[in-house]
Amino acid sequence: MNFKGKDIISIKDFSKPEINYILDYSKKMVDFAKGEKYIDILKGKVMSSLFFEPSTRTMLSFGCAMNRLGGRVIGFSDPGKTSQKKGESLADTIRMADSYSDLIVIRHPQEGAARLATEFAEVPVINAGDGAGQHPTQCLLDLFTILTEKKKIEGNKVILLGDLKYGRTVHSLAYALSLYGAELTFVSPKSLEMPREVVDECKDLGVKPVSTSNLEKSIRDTDVLYVTRIQKERFPDAEEYNKVVGTYTIDNKLLQNAKKDLIIMHPLPRLAEINPEVDTTPHALYFKEAFNGVPLRMALLSLTIGGEL
Amino acid sequence: MKELKIQPIENGTVIDHITACNAIKVLRILGIPEGHSSTISVAINVKSHLGKKDIVKIENRELDPKEVNKIALISPKATINIIRDFEVAEKFKVKLPKEIVGIVCCSNPTCVSNSNEPVKSRFKVISQDPAKIKCYYCEREPDDIAERII
Repeated sequence: MNFKGKDIISIKDFSKPEINYILDYSKKMVDFAKGEKYIDILKGKVMSSLFFEPSTRTMLSFGCAMNRLGGRVIGFSDPGKTSQKKGESLADTIRMADSYSDLIVIRHPQEGAARLATEFAEVPVINAGDGAGQHPTQCLLDLFTILTEKKKIEGNKVILLGDLKYGRTVHSLAYALSLYGAELTFVSPKSLEMPREVVDECKDLGVKPVSTSNLEKSIRDTDVLYVTRIQKERFPDAEEYNKVVGTYTIDNKLLQNAKKDLIIMHPLPRLAEINPEVDTTPHALYFKEAFNGVPLRMALLSLTIGGEL
Repeated sequence: MKELKIQPIENGTVIDHITACNAIKVLRILGIPEGHSSTISVAINVKSHLGKKDIVKIENRELDPKEVNKIALISPKATINIIRDFEVAEKFKVKLPKEIVGIVCCSNPTCVSNSNEPVKSRFKVISQDPAKIKCYYCEREPDDIAERII
């Protein structure tokens, strides 16, 4: 399978065999990601890291992945210190990064920004999150986490919880999990339900997702609980946000009713939706999930700009 | 004998079975009358056996099917009649192209295609009738296509 030069914009651009290939390849990267083995297959390569929106895990893990492969990173995490502040278009910024590097990683507040970037770049573009749109590498690392913990993706009962309306990770993940035939339950406040087109896509793939606002009842026979933050920055007004924030909290009392091998995932950052007391339980997978971003992104960098293992 | 409200044309194009009250939007999609000097007749809310419809008659211009297909966005049942010497020389139903570029603006205010970037709006057609389109950039499907015509 050849990924060289391929843009990574949306999980929907990938077939199931392609996703399987990436996940298998990511497994080979784990020891290198931990620093237990050394590799420099991207020596001499440069990655542009263009973060127009705040990020901790995605930006650091992309940077870590490139460094672990022997490559170098240029870029910014504060667009206020770039020519965007002077009114430069995204298209022109992309043209510059294209001429300075072998690959562009972009996070941007506007949906479709990464897709637009592909029109102005010769080098591959990886979408690191475009507004409330797509976040394919998060989706892939989530699949990688489920696969490594549960040994398979298909057949798992998965709850997607929280902000299903604005949350980009849950949109991509609902689609990807449907590709694998996972059983999906969407739990959210009424005003933050999964958008119709996402539900329709799941149905088109043969999955019949259940939508509910009752978490306690749904959690009992669940294998994977995927929690998301209610994202204040995506709400059009503060009043709507205040109505729903704090609707769900995962704590040890709630987990008394859960299966012993339930895993809890979260794209992070978390606020009050997971009580810190859960962190020390065997259910808490979110920090390992965040680490998994490194081998997964190492795999993608290696596959797209060459230097395969 | 019932008198026709719009007279037959000798040469040109008749767009029939336009969804009622959409004739003006059809003309806007086609960029007519810009650069057109012959007569254009528009009939709105015409009674027919299928209910009400609109009709547009454009004299002395044969519209290219590729150009006219775009109107399927708002009138998927429209038919195009090419008239020569008062006779229907060709007749076909409109069919949406695979992609719609620069005609509809995205309903998502934070879509990058609604910013000042040097790109045109671009949609993939995912259903012919009813017309359903998906933004190439943000993957959103506008519900109100007729209201989004640029």
